[in-house]
Amino acid sequence: MTDAVLPGFRSLDLASDAAKARIRARYRSEARFRFYGLFAVGLTAAFVLIVLADILIRGLPAFTQHWLQLEVMVDPTEIDPKGTRNPADLRGGDYQLLVRNALRAQFPEVADRAGRRALDSLLSSASADALRDRVVADPALIGRTIKLPLLMSDQADLYYKGFGTRIDQRPGRGALTPSGTSGEIVLTGSSNDFAPYLNATKQALSERARNLRREAGRLRAIVGQLEARRSSAGEAERAGLTGNIETLTQRIKDLDGDAAALQARFDAVSGEETLDDRLPSQLVAINGGLVKLTRIGSSSATGTVLLPLQSAAEAPGGTWQSVTYLTPEGSRRVTDREVAWLERLKENGQATRTFNWAFFTSGDSREPELAGIRGALVGSALTLLVTLVLCLPVGIAAAIYLEEFAPKNRLTELIEVNINNLAAVPSIVFGLLGLAMFLNFFGLPRSAPLVGGLVLALLVLPTIIIAGRAALKAVPPSIKEAALGVGASHQQAIFHHVLPLAMPGIMTGTIIGMAHALGETAPLLMIGMVAFIVEPARSITDAATVLPVQIYLWSDLPEIAFQAKTAAAIIVLLVFLFVMNGAAIYLRKRFERRW
Amino acid sequence: MGLLYFSGVAVLVVVGFLFGRSRAALAERTEPLHSRPNYHGAFVALSILIPMVLLFAIGVPIANHVTETEALNAYDPQIAGDQLRRGAVLRDIVALANERYAGQPSEALRRAADTYASLRAWSIYLIICGGIVFALLGIAFSLRTLSARFRARNRVEAVVKWTLFAAACVAVLTTIGIVASVVFETIRFFDRVSPIDFLFGLHWSPQTAIRADQGGSSGSFGIVPLVTGTLLITVIAMLIAGPIGLFAAIYMAEYATPRFRNFAKPVLEILAGIPTVVLGFFAALTLAPLIRASGEALGLNVASESALAAGIVMGMMIIPFVSSLSDDVINAVPQSLRDGSYAMGATKSETIKKVVLPAAFGGIVSAFMLAISRAVGETMIVVMAAGLAGNLTFNPLEAVTTFTVQIKTILVGDQEFDSAKTLSAFALGFVLFFFTLTLNVIALQIVKRYREQYD
Amino acid sequence: MNTMVKVSDIVPAAEAHAPEHGTKVVARDVNVYYGEKRALFDVSLDIPARSVMALIGPSGCGKSTFLRCLNRMNDTIPIARVTGRIEIDGRDIHSADLDVVQLRANVGMVFQKPNPFPKSIYENVAYGPRIHGLARSKSELDGVVESSLRRAGLWEEVKDRLGDSGTGLSGGQQQRLCIARAIAVSPEVILMDEPCSALDPIATAKIEELMDELRENYTIVIVTHSMQQAARVSQRTAFFHLGILVETGPTEKIFTNPSDKKTQDYITGRFG
Repeated sequence: MTDAVLPGFRSLDLASDAAKARIRARYRSEARFRFYGLFAVGLTAAFVLIVLADILIRGLPAFTQHWLQLEVMVDPTEIDPKGTRNPADLRGGDYQLLVRNALRAQFPEVADRAGRRALDSLLSSASADALRDRVVADPALIGRTIKLPLLMSDQADLYYKGFGTRIDQRPGRGALTPSGTSGEIVLTGSSNDFAPYLNATKQALSERARNLRREAGRLRAIVGQLEARRSSAGEAERAGLTGNIETLTQRIKDLDGDAAALQARFDAVSGEETLDDRLPSQLVAINGGLVKLTRIGSSSATGTVLLPLQSAAEAPGGTWQSVTYLTPEGSRRVTDREVAWLERLKENGQATRTFNWAFFTSGDSREPELAGIRGALVGSALTLLVTLVLCLPVGIAAAIYLEEFAPKNRLTELIEVNINNLAAVPSIVFGLLGLAMFLNFFGLPRSAPLVGGLVLALLVLPTIIIAGRAALKAVPPSIKEAALGVGASHQQAIFHHVLPLAMPGIMTGTIIGMAHALGETAPLLMIGMVAFIVEPARSITDAATVLPVQIYLWSDLPEIAFQAKTAAAIIVLLVFLFVMNGAAIYLRKRFERRW
Repeated sequence: MGLLYFSGVAVLVVVGFLFGRSRAALAERTEPLHSRPNYHGAFVALSILIPMVLLFAIGVPIANHVTETEALNAYDPQIAGDQLRRGAVLRDIVALANERYAGQPSEALRRAADTYASLRAWSIYLIICGGIVFALLGIAFSLRTLSARFRARNRVEAVVKWTLFAAACVAVLTTIGIVASVVFETIRFFDRVSPIDFLFGLHWSPQTAIRADQGGSSGSFGIVPLVTGTLLITVIAMLIAGPIGLFAAIYMAEYATPRFRNFAKPVLEILAGIPTVVLGFFAALTLAPLIRASGEALGLNVASESALAAGIVMGMMIIPFVSSLSDDVINAVPQSLRDGSYAMGATKSETIKKVVLPAAFGGIVSAFMLAISRAVGETMIVVMAAGLAGNLTFNPLEAVTTFTVQIKTILVGDQEFDSAKTLSAFALGFVLFFFTLTLNVIALQIVKRYREQYD
Repeated sequence: MNTMVKVSDIVPAAEAHAPEHGTKVVARDVNVYYGEKRALFDVSLDIPARSVMALIGPSGCGKSTFLRCLNRMNDTIPIARVTGRIEIDGRDIHSADLDVVQLRANVGMVFQKPNPFPKSIYENVAYGPRIHGLARSKSELDGVVESSLRRAGLWEEVKDRLGDSGTGLSGGQQQRLCIARAIAVSPEVILMDEPCSALDPIATAKIEELMDELRENYTIVIVTHSMQQAARVSQRTAFFHLGILVETGPTEKIFTNPSDKKTQDYITGRFG
């Protein structure tokens, strides 16, 4: 470009390499900046996806429940010894015993107390309820054997849902001869079928020894630091440090000793090794039974029979299986024996999976397999009802006043500042208000949907007022002027013309406010809606809990099965929230008007 | 009782309305009306409704008070001074009067319950009779006032207007209620614990003060560890939400195509709509173990309830908050400023960094302040994912506790009546409320000034 | 009114009066579409160097749209699409090797409403030199700021308060600040989109005076609503109507003896 540069100005240099480099750098920085923005949005989306996926994966199993199909002998001596067939007497019978007997009959070899208790634990403590109801309804069943599904315990249920162990099965190559059909037996093989397992066991031992040595090394470093500090420390501190150093030194000695012992076992060429519960369990399925191995050599093994063998005959290669429970017994809740039973029941087709309706129809329970969200759903519904009834009229009225009637004065300004600030007050503070005012001062009942609804109404009121004002403001003044022009009073113009036109906007705001109230937890904790509620509340003054509080309560429980229940309750809550927000969006789109 | 009374009110109001309306319709035949007959009906209805509701609102608390006091007097005249026993005895009296008392009642209790039941019956009788009298008076008054030229509409509209005003005042009453709730209990708390110890004490362990001889003098009510814990988690949250929220807002406002916005806006809205109890569950059961495991893999010692997990999830929670507020202020920057910058040959990012963000600076600061206030007041995430012990530390891998966690822990479940521990929760609430209120007021003020600048 | 004039009939007439310094900007068959709507129809126009070219016409006639084509400001509107050829000093402004950022540094723009950045006066003027790396030192930058403000006739008024916010100035001062901001990167062409429409008559007179001075060193294209202003400041005038360039020529000729009836109707106030 041709014009001469004016004094004091530097003309824009376009052609030189430096200028080109500068432009390139500017565009690189542009691309970088743009990428940061995209990355931020992507990160947020990824987080949403991860949270939702995590909840779904945890929660979906809780929507199904496993049942055990058993043939139960309805023994009159246990449930109706007097033979009265009186429903009250029938109710008092020990049906749980009948059910347990039926299961024990499946595994007659289990004779010891511990074993029986383990077997009983496969069934829920409420598994007999269905049987009792059937028998009370139809006493003719007494004395007969009936087949019915029984609720399994949370532990058994979780095992079937994959929270147990993976199982690896391989056919044996050589022939294998058991020394007996029950108790401790020796399995003698014709080829080195156990050699790979022996090898793997030895590797695991060596790995364990390595870990122990590493831990010992870490402790030695700490001891070194402590000693350095001791040399420069004062008298008082020195005593404490010495004590610590002694404890650690002892621990290091123990670790080294254990590591050496393990290493010795690894190094030994001897053909046998003992298995423990920190290694994957090795079993052999042979002659219709199952043997858990305790010591293995390369071609023979010693083991305990978990499921009895039909015979002690030699099993040729290919007819027996070597079975591995990959998760070590020490790292799971179900024992090898329980796994064996559950797998056997599954093979027999006795374990069935159904949709868990009870989750929606029963109240809270200490037993995970019995716990449901009905109480919480009813509580949430009642609480939201109170909230809606209170805050919808008040919210609309306040919005109309502020938008249409309020004079411009300090009081109005105060009210407006107040509403804006209330919208940003932490929700737990509303809980304090509920506790101090509604419970302690006015003496309203604790844990009641009435108080919960009151607190939530105050909480979402600012939202509704702000949304209502926006909706009223969006109605063009020409509508009101037209009504005034034909002689309507100010209030008639508003109530007959402006308000109906603003109603969709107000409803949208209200639904969003209600969704907010539905998910609110903290203030309800303050007013005691954390009670353990089995029976759903029947009125707004009964003690109740709500869905988010139920989620909070369950999330604190140690049982794994409750984690799934918690996630399932969250899924239900989120479905409600999505439906409500979807409705709000639909309303907004449907009635959106461009003036 | 309430149900009976208000169904009576409803019936009378409907009857009054119909009556007033038909009378006006009748009068209209001879003389033109000032107001439509419906307003005449409404005037009669209001003349019945207002006195009856007022009677109930004033009468019932008085009647309850009298009934309870007399019943307690009948039980034991000395009981009035003993707050703790008073409540327990009253519960027994009410239970017995309702025939739901479990066990064998004492003679005094039976006497008190009889007094209670008879007084209650009397008060119900009195209030209902009074209600009917008031309704009749209301009808008489309205019939005397009503005439064809009577401006019924203006009267009714005045009542409607006052009702609307009362509704608008609920917000103010709520604020007064909150202030009253926390202030009175806080004053009582400061009777036991000195404000200096409270504000500057380095140890927080309210549990140790349960024993009476310990009182509050042990210095276990120092909030400094709570302040640092809250601060630590808030800082972590803002370090995440600040940049991510701001960049997301910039991208959405300046770069995104409408199609991209249609996808990304709902994502942010979903995140904003996820209840915090759900995020707390995620923090406690998924993220915290993950952080702990990865920390251990790196040889770090991570607490199972580390501040990091709670802070990260809280940061994620406030991203939509920061981004939607920032989006608003960025969009409020006039297009002419951007055009001016583009016309100088600035690239988009240069325009954003050097013109748009400086112009939106005030609004963004206030968005951040509101976000901080949100993080400080957030309860469920920290209740579920942060610790209980008041550790004075800035290490994000350790467990810390916050104001909200302590309020929840102290007040949920059984509380000792009137103990320093219980009161301390209200003092914490007081600090929390006024801290967030100050932040909000300042932030809203900045936003307001900012809006005026570009309107 | 109903005689449709073809653009090609007009262009040769424009070239009959050869400009003093040669042609700075050449536009050929420029069309602009906003989505489905066509806003400019085959506009071809030559803009001579170191003079003021006024674009006039009723509102919505496309004059601002054409102006925004010259520094590709239409790129910032997602739905806008430009076809045709625009050359500045013989270089196609749409060619791949000419960067839009560089183009805009060479073609400055002043807007209808003064839009100083909410920064200090100094920072407003220094903005362009900074982003383009035109000043190597603080003193050099100071020099550029001062001479830009001097050229914009604002220096005497603001030299003692360079740190004050640019938004605190009066409307006319703000607009001159925007001009100073534009010339700080030493552009060759300055586009002015109704620069005086938000100003009072005194401020307007100052800006017009300034334009007359700037004409010595810059090529100025001004869109204006006011025919008097066009007559006062410009050497050449182009009349747009309904997206079509109706007529262009020396200002004097357009205002005294237009060759098109529509131009005549417009300048005599029959429509507009």
